[in-house]
Amino acid sequence: MAEFYGLRVNGTNREVVDAQLGESLLFVLRERLGLLGTKGACEQGECGSCSVLLDGELVCACLVLAAAQSGREIITIEGVSPSGVSTDVQQAFVEAGAVQCGFCTPGLVMAAHSLLERVPNPTDTEIREELSGNICRCTGYGRLIQAVADVARVRLSNGVSRD
Amino acid sequence: MAVSVPTSLAEAVSLLSGAPDSVVLAGGTDLMVEANSGHRQIASVIAIDRVPELRTWGVDVVRRNLWIGSGVPYSTVMQPGIASLVPALAQASRTVGSPQIRHVGTIGGNLGTCSPAGDTLPVLAALDARVHLASVSGERSVGFDEFMVGVKRTSRRPDELITGVTIPILNGWQGYSKVGVRNAMVIATASSCLAVDTDGRSVRIGLGSVGPVIIRCGEAEQWISGRVDWSELSVSNADVDEFGLRCGAAARPIDDHRSTAAYRRRAVEVLAARQLRRAFPNG
Repeated sequence: MAEFYGLRVNGTNREVVDAQLGESLLFVLRERLGLLGTKGACEQGECGSCSVLLDGELVCACLVLAAAQSGREIITIEGVSPSGVSTDVQQAFVEAGAVQCGFCTPGLVMAAHSLLERVPNPTDTEIREELSGNICRCTGYGRLIQAVADVARVRLSNGVSRD
Repeated sequence: MAVSVPTSLAEAVSLLSGAPDSVVLAGGTDLMVEANSGHRQIASVIAIDRVPELRTWGVDVVRRNLWIGSGVPYSTVMQPGIASLVPALAQASRTVGSPQIRHVGTIGGNLGTCSPAGDTLPVLAALDARVHLASVSGERSVGFDEFMVGVKRTSRRPDELITGVTIPILNGWQGYSKVGVRNAMVIATASSCLAVDTDGRSVRIGLGSVGPVIIRCGEAEQWISGRVDWSELSVSNADVDEFGLRCGAAARPIDDHRSTAAYRRRAVEVLAARQLRRAFPNG
């Protein structure tokens, strides 16, 4: 049965038309709304490459039933910096060499933003645990963890933490 | 519209009664895996994640019970509010998937799927939790041992919604341990919840992933409860070892793609003995 519903994505109301009932938010974002920043890989919640914020919480878009999300605020990687200027997290990833093939990067950037919003000064263990749902097959994680720690340090020294 | 998003418990129960073939969607972390792989066609969905009554938790001081609504996510169970009352449940919740999974996955979803590897289930079994169900014809509650009847099989009727669990608050050590191939993001190869009731002078243990249902080791529990020195809160090394063996004997593991029966039984022996020693550090 074809479905018709609205989603609020990155602050904009979007219409989803001719969708199938069981479609995941990941599928709808990429294939119906053309937002290709969110990546799909495992489609079973194991890899984290489809991480987005749903009402402010980090979730795997592949495990979210899109048709049940009307009225919720969805933020994708395209929405973390509406101006198009890199966020401090994105810049830190570049500077730390935390981006190699880049496939996991959008999900990890979302996870890093989510962590630093809640925990402005995370320990190494907290960073590792919070990023445990995002698989990277290139970096070996050292540079990723370094990038997140760098952002926390700079934010705290600049007093720009939003907490 | 084949997706319903009720915003009250009465509405959710009424919808389910009118369409008992509907899939009840909580966090989606089990259901959507099946949908994505094409193993499950979804015709009609009742999404219950916006039913406020299901997202509450609280303490009944008189009955010394904790109520947790079925829609409470693992990330909430891990917080100090619930963790200070039932630490084993918080520990089990922390081992579920990743932060992304724990934000949306719920206690009710763990019960609804009712896999023998469900991380919170050995805790609910060991603590003698009761599962609460509601339908248009009324509410009822069943003990966990009556709720889980097989691999992913429960005594819930199709028109019934899982509304939550009540968990007795005990004085005494409790913990959840899990064996898997790595620390994060792993399904249990074998798991164990041991809980001590100091007031009732009993030790309980529930085992996961080593049988078609969660296994309570009744014989081993009775035996060790009689061997503990309750005034000193101590237990001998020999009794710790024997308890591990008796729990291993109670397990009913199988060989499958994740492990072997022999490994699982040995894992239970180690987990049970280790948890008992943690509960009673003095020999």
